[in-house]
Amino acid sequence: MTTDKKFSRRTLLASAAATATLTVLGKVAGQSLKTPNPPGPTHTPGPTHTPGPTHTLDPTHTPGPPPSALGTRSRFESLKLIPSDTSSRTPLQSLYGIITPSDLHFQRHHGGVPKIDPEKYQLLIHGMVERPTVFTLKDLKRFPALSRICFLECAGNFRTGKTELTPQEICGLTSQAEWTGVPLSTLFREVGVDPKATWFLAEGGDAAVLTRSIPIRKAWDDAMIAYGQNGEALRPEQGYPARLLLPGWEGNMNVKWIRRIEVSDGPFQTREETSKYTYSLKNGKYSQFNFLIDARSIITAPCYPDTIEKGWVEIRGLAWSGRGQITRVDISTDAGRSWQPAHLNGPVLEKAHTRFTCLWNWDGEETEILSRATDDTGYTQPTLKEIAATRGPDLGYHMNPITAWHIQKDGRVFFKPEKWK
Amino acid sequence: MHAAQPSGRSSARIEGGPRRIRISRLSLSLAGFVGCILCLAWNIIAGHHQPEQPPDHFGFGRPATQHEIDSEAIAIPPSGRGLPNGHGDSAAGAQIYKFKCAACHGAHGTEGPYQKLVGDTGKNKTIGNYWPFATTVFDYIRRAMPLNAPGTLSPDQVYGLTAYLLSANKIISARTVLDARSLPEIQMPAKDLFIPNDNR
Repeated sequence: MTTDKKFSRRTLLASAAATATLTVLGKVAGQSLKTPNPPGPTHTPGPTHTPGPTHTLDPTHTPGPPPSALGTRSRFESLKLIPSDTSSRTPLQSLYGIITPSDLHFQRHHGGVPKIDPEKYQLLIHGMVERPTVFTLKDLKRFPALSRICFLECAGNFRTGKTELTPQEICGLTSQAEWTGVPLSTLFREVGVDPKATWFLAEGGDAAVLTRSIPIRKAWDDAMIAYGQNGEALRPEQGYPARLLLPGWEGNMNVKWIRRIEVSDGPFQTREETSKYTYSLKNGKYSQFNFLIDARSIITAPCYPDTIEKGWVEIRGLAWSGRGQITRVDISTDAGRSWQPAHLNGPVLEKAHTRFTCLWNWDGEETEILSRATDDTGYTQPTLKEIAATRGPDLGYHMNPITAWHIQKDGRVFFKPEKWK
Repeated sequence: MHAAQPSGRSSARIEGGPRRIRISRLSLSLAGFVGCILCLAWNIIAGHHQPEQPPDHFGFGRPATQHEIDSEAIAIPPSGRGLPNGHGDSAAGAQIYKFKCAACHGAHGTEGPYQKLVGDTGKNKTIGNYWPFATTVFDYIRRAMPLNAPGTLSPDQVYGLTAYLLSANKIISARTVLDARSLPEIQMPAKDLFIPNDNR
């Protein structure tokens, strides 16, 4: 064991909530969300920040503090995740560009955040390999390093059921970072993976000792063992000192605090890939091994709880796809009757949050605005009804519906919760 | 350096043999240049240039010992490979359940407040109606339960708890003793309900 298991646990019952199923659609209607309002004095990015207290001295007449050892956020900014017992959600509507600041990356833990001493950290790779090997963190860092920007999204990332929901509350379990590490293919060549191997097991060093089975093709494609996030070491909440990264695949498989990889000739059928992260189909069966995150987008401005004014409004949002690049985002400002292409602000990267914008001259009439993403495989983001048509009664994981914002005549913006039955 | 030269014509003296040899700096430079070309040619011919492709094997990390592997490799696939020695039945499991599990899962596994484990109604996804492999029950209890002290149950206790939960779900009889041989043979009701979707 490389894990220091002495991290402080909550009470038995409080901790037990951590293993509860991700709050997914079926539960949401009857459940009040704890934090209905987004953080920040104003939450729409722009030059409209609340001015400081009137007694603030004129900074052009008073020298400020000298250089410091660590930069800080302006005290006028109050970005926050929304934590629950099981996860905490990224304030998508409060961020610029495509990178999620590391402390605002969403979190989903199954046994809390372990404290792992990087000096004692080890990654064991064994099973169908020629040379079962133990790598220290220092070993991992000696290999040729790779950095890439990609999103990470929890498979259970859709909430609905009321109009007072922000993007953070609807789908804040997606975030993006620049990850640095060693390609898993490099490590697999190092240990001499048996050509007959078809799957590998990834195991975390947390209290859940979380395991997932992963097809070996992903290792040869673009999987990596990441130890860097946005230019520094991983945050503990993101798997410090090392995690598995599977670009474009559901968050749960990107095993944090990774301590062991067992190369095998079949899936292990772990709890996380059987009784969780599976969903019911129309024919009464259950869909398993749902790896890909399909194309999705959401307008992050304007959104609840904004109030807009008549005239020019820049519609802004994020689009992403686990299959590849976003090729277009279409915007409707007339409740889905007509669509026009949004502008994709660069960089447009593979398996990455992509920023889109669309100028709109609002005439002051009540309407709905929507966004719809398409990726380079030709896949287009579906409506909630289209998704529900293929699913059983309990919608849950892998929900990526087109999301509408209702604009009232008075300019107030509300989420439009849709029925699917 | 040039300023230190005693005369305008630079030279080097080599005391290599019986005769004093005087070689002009120009000659040395020429020799060096030719030497470099020869070296370069030799390196290319002999393959001594820097590799453009990384090697398959860097030699980083250290060999894992069998003891390390045996003590860490706790994952149990449906074949049951790696199941530990030990055994347990429903009666033994019921006692452990009462003290270590009932607070979260309910006195009979049907009540909650957290994950309901027993029952076959469509509403609740239980071990009885939603878990396709019995080995997963053993694997998950051993690695992650109870939530406030995961990894502390003995193999006998885990076999007992698995037997209790499978028996409560009417999948095995109350008398069945589970061990490394009998556990993988259990056919779960949900086995054929799962369809892999990994090639979307």
